[in-house]
Amino acid sequence: MYPILVLSITGIITLFLGFLKSKKVLLPATLFFVTLAFFANLYDWNKPGLYFNNMLQVNNFTILLSAVILLSAFLIIALTKGFIDDEHAQPAEYFAILQFSLVGAIMMTGFQNLIMLFIGVEILSVSMYVLTGSDKRNLRGNEAALKYFLMGSFATGIMLFGIAMLYGANYSFNIDAARTVVTQMVSTQHSSVYLYVGVTFLLIGLLFKVSAAPFHFWTPDVYEGAPTIFTTFMSTIVKTAGFAAIYRILEVSFSPIYSFWWVMVIIMTVLSLIISNVTAVSQGSFKRMLAFSSVSHAGYMLMAVVGLSNKSDDSIVFYSLAYSLATISAFGVLMAVSKEKLVDGRPDESIAVLNGLSKRNPFLAFILAISMLSLAGIPLTAGFWGKFYVFSDAAFRGHIWLLVVAILMSAVGIYYYFKPIIAAYMRESEGEAISLTPFYKIILGITTFGSILLGLFPDLLRSLM
Amino acid sequence: MLALILILIPLIGSLLLFLLRGSNAGVSKNIALLTSLIEFAVAAYAFITFDSQTLIEIKYAWMKDLKINFHLGIDGISLLMIALTGFLVPLIVLSTFKYSYKKTESFYSLILLAQAALMGVFMAKDIFLFYFFYEVALIPVYFLAAIWGGVNAPRITFKMFVYTMFGSLFMLVAVVYLYIKASTANIQELYTAAKFLSPTSQNLLFWAFFIAFAIKMPVLPFHTWQPDTYSESPTAATMLLSGLLSKMGVYGLIRILLPLAPIGLSNYGMIAMVLSIIGLIYGSVIAIQQNNIKRLIAYSSFAHMGLMAAGVLSGTLSGIQGALLQMVAHGINAVGLFFIVKIMYDRTNTRDLNSLGGITQNTPALSIYFMIIMLGSVALPLTNGFVGEFLLLKGVFDKNAWLGGIAGLTIILGAVYMLRMMQRSMFGERNAVTSEFSDVKGTEIAVLLPIAAVVLLMGIFPNVFLKITEPAVNSLLQLIHP
Repeated sequence: MYPILVLSITGIITLFLGFLKSKKVLLPATLFFVTLAFFANLYDWNKPGLYFNNMLQVNNFTILLSAVILLSAFLIIALTKGFIDDEHAQPAEYFAILQFSLVGAIMMTGFQNLIMLFIGVEILSVSMYVLTGSDKRNLRGNEAALKYFLMGSFATGIMLFGIAMLYGANYSFNIDAARTVVTQMVSTQHSSVYLYVGVTFLLIGLLFKVSAAPFHFWTPDVYEGAPTIFTTFMSTIVKTAGFAAIYRILEVSFSPIYSFWWVMVIIMTVLSLIISNVTAVSQGSFKRMLAFSSVSHAGYMLMAVVGLSNKSDDSIVFYSLAYSLATISAFGVLMAVSKEKLVDGRPDESIAVLNGLSKRNPFLAFILAISMLSLAGIPLTAGFWGKFYVFSDAAFRGHIWLLVVAILMSAVGIYYYFKPIIAAYMRESEGEAISLTPFYKIILGITTFGSILLGLFPDLLRSLM
Repeated sequence: MLALILILIPLIGSLLLFLLRGSNAGVSKNIALLTSLIEFAVAAYAFITFDSQTLIEIKYAWMKDLKINFHLGIDGISLLMIALTGFLVPLIVLSTFKYSYKKTESFYSLILLAQAALMGVFMAKDIFLFYFFYEVALIPVYFLAAIWGGVNAPRITFKMFVYTMFGSLFMLVAVVYLYIKASTANIQELYTAAKFLSPTSQNLLFWAFFIAFAIKMPVLPFHTWQPDTYSESPTAATMLLSGLLSKMGVYGLIRILLPLAPIGLSNYGMIAMVLSIIGLIYGSVIAIQQNNIKRLIAYSSFAHMGLMAAGVLSGTLSGIQGALLQMVAHGINAVGLFFIVKIMYDRTNTRDLNSLGGITQNTPALSIYFMIIMLGSVALPLTNGFVGEFLLLKGVFDKNAWLGGIAGLTIILGAVYMLRMMQRSMFGERNAVTSEFSDVKGTEIAVLLPIAAVVLLMGIFPNVFLKITEPAVNSLLQLIHP
């Protein structure tokens, strides 16, 4: 609960800091605010409870997920150093919006009431619509923002419709109350159309946010159009928060009717895995490839939902962290490299821009290699264990065929995740050496070190739960 | 503790080299050599003090709630592979001493990382740990082959990587399935649990594991990555691949496949054996027609692996014992032969048998080493190849006489391609390319001499090795034929 309060207040303070002549104070101040929220979040560790008239729940699972969200936010904000120098940028607004969006994300992890979920989703989404179009001179960005907004608001509408249906079925927005009603319904073998339609629509709305197929059509365009730093934000924090919401609503309220929704979820899982991996193979743009990779990881995380058990929460936390660390590294490298070469006045974001990176900057090449290995799920990196956990979850529920599909798609994944590595290490380029600020290096060092550390000692995180 | 040290030494050496990036090339070569020699000393100590009664084991909790442990242990089978790895890596490092490589530190760092992972594979007692090391071993070797390889290396090694990863993923499915059925990851406990699996799931397990290991070895029809990769990679990577990484596949067959899927083996073992033996003949026939010596040895490796796979799949004591002995022998011979190819290429700039010839007139020492190692590979009595090959053939023959007879052709075919290579390259008239060929000296002798010595010693005293592995193999056999 505390991080919500902290970030709401500091977000407003950040807006006022924007009036200062010197923009230099903004970044350290924002980083400090996020750190503050991070520790405020940990304050409730082992002190579960309900807040705001039973609207918000705090327990160790929500705290860990919020911690993953805040940590990712810290790392991403730390990488924003570049755009402050841009004269057209409005750093105070960006930083304030980022902090408000974190409030939404944290509400999505800890909601106890569907209204709270809706508010969280809206806060996060509206922030993202704005940030996607924040580069006003970029036509692609404007198009992406409009597309994201139109499709996003449509999905939100469906979700709201679903929530209304659920209210009709359960007579309450509270998710615990919903469980009681659902359990009764199952035991009396009574079925309610409102309930089924409600669950389906709610899931569609949430799956849109995490860009699971077949609701992923916005993803590549929006990822490509948005400034890379906000793409990073979208692909890590929105996804973590979205899966927290999907998992909680299904686990808390609707696990008694698993037999109803699992078929739907499993179809979406398989679609996400196949469509994204197969499409990613032929992408020439690194950013679009990462967009499809993001869809595929939504598929892998859905496997934990399909294999819903009391261990799935561990899997989701671990996977979110592993995926966020690797994605931040990958986008961090892309940001550093792409600004070196402009195509039509825009940074070049094709895979070819990485050619010869190991000569131009061996450090960046190494970061890139580890992040790609982690996303591909190869041992020694956190991504491997993340995949392993979700695979075992699905297998424990007996979905061996889903496991086989996922494994085949992982093999396809290896193919395209290695393209950047091959470009970086085995191709030549005429580019000059790339220099980085020490701070940038430290942040990328942290993400990479985290990936390897969790790859060697996965229990570090899991022992917390 | 010994088990952990065996992994830590190369790992620390590898990290040290990684951190020293940008320093003097000579320093990193010496650090790599020193590390691998210390590792060799520890492996030799383990080999000498080994006795099958006392178990060398360590176990740390890795993932407590899932009951997955960092569990290492050394039995006779593991020990043999540890000794092989410990012996070969210093030689591989030494074989590169004369040459300079870009990014020297990373080059040696990767070799040592591969060694650490190999040690892990051969000692793992937990099936996830086994999988973990099995995958990790591939990554450094892939980078070695791709970055320091020839012009086509990125494309060819990428095929190798995707191919073997694809195979390993089958193994992952099998491993997760077993783990969920048995709710344990301890390999020893899985052996007992596997008995209660239905025949259908055993059959599936058999194929999942077989494909994974068959790609790694490789066995027909999963071998298409191998000749290209072997010939395009830098010699050190080729040596690691043929000498050690391919052995992970055979080791996996012995340690994982046979005891975990005995019913699958009795149902489908014959098909897999036939595939292996077709591969053996096919590889030999192609080797006979090769003029590129590196490819010739690559195909001969492929043929040898086929025989080892067939011997293991026969599920007999002599087959498995022979495979173990042959793994060591072939590992040593392959490293020696690839090194000789490297020496020839270095001096003549060609690997074509048609342009070589008459080398022996300048090089008495090289000729002797080449002859000894070549005869080891042909499996002449009193060389290391003989006992292993004999036992392997006996194992196959016991299982099925027809197959044994066909596999026996390897003795003739092997002699044909090896002697042809020797004759066309070393004997005959000197020509413009080979007239200036200088004899081996310095580090080259330091690599070839130990190899030649071991080829002979193993041929004369095979019992040293057979005795070490026999108790472990017998206990495995009891699981297969209860």
